[in-house]
Amino acid sequence: MAKATASKLAAVKPSPTTVATRETQALDRLIHEKVRLGIVSALAASGPLTFVELRSLLATTDGNVSVHARKLEEAGYITCTKGYEGRVPRTEYALTADGRAALEKYLDHLGAILGALRKK
Amino acid sequence: MSSPRPVAISDHALEQLQYIRDTMERTGSFTAVPGWGGVAMGASALVAAVIAARQTDVRMWGIVWMFEVVLALAIGSAFILRKTRRGDRSMFAAPGRQFFLSFSPPVAAGGVLSWILYSQGAWAVLPGMWLMLYGAGVVTAGAFSVRVVPIMGLCFMGLGAMALACPAAWGNWFLAFGFGVLHVVFGLIIARRYGG
Repeated sequence: MAKATASKLAAVKPSPTTVATRETQALDRLIHEKVRLGIVSALAASGPLTFVELRSLLATTDGNVSVHARKLEEAGYITCTKGYEGRVPRTEYALTADGRAALEKYLDHLGAILGALRKK
Repeated sequence: MSSPRPVAISDHALEQLQYIRDTMERTGSFTAVPGWGGVAMGASALVAAVIAARQTDVRMWGIVWMFEVVLALAIGSAFILRKTRRGDRSMFAAPGRQFFLSFSPPVAAGGVLSWILYSQGAWAVLPGMWLMLYGAGVVTAGAFSVRVVPIMGLCFMGLGAMALACPAAWGNWFLAFGFGVLHVVFGLIIARRYGG
């Protein structure tokens, strides 16, 4: 009886590769992209950062930072505050609660993928 | 023509995790304390130690080190300001505020204790106490910075403990080694590894 239940469970239980594939498909595509993942990680580690800081940290171009930051802003993952320091324009980005949750979820998925493949 | 080899899921997941970790580490170093400021503070402390060693009156010895504290604070603040401006941000933005809030309580406690111990003539314990409390401030503030900063704080704390266990006459040289040599050495490490 127990043997039969175990074999039934084994038949239903997905293989580690299936789990890993499913977790891969569930990854948040929005922050999976390298520059966007960099922006979210940097903001999670340090709190708000300016446009110039993000560009230097990620060693990328002005255009890249603004395009990807806008996508994250549209998704509600980061906020963008534009202002002036003296006469110099200053743009500051901050991570929202949704953005932090998305990063945590993304890390959980990566952990699940690695965990499933280790079981293989 | 051969097509590029597909990347294994596990390799890609590891790569992404490594990228997140590297970015977070770089962010920490970006907002860290200024290395060259540490070198300048160390140099001024070495000069102060030589001047203080020449004093025959313990009150004058104390005054020399008090003057050095003010000078070192001014040097440190100027370099932090320079570094934060280079990053196009305010000194009082989150990282600067975190550093200030963590660093100040042990240093303020050190100030009050110095006044009380000095007025009671217990000047012999001052070098060890200064090193330990400054080290405590650097360790707590370093929690928001690169790993080398809390390590520097621990070195200060260890040196302070040694100063308290050694003869009082060695106090001035413990201060020279701590505020002078440790600042210069760690300042150079921070400046070379983490940019300025």
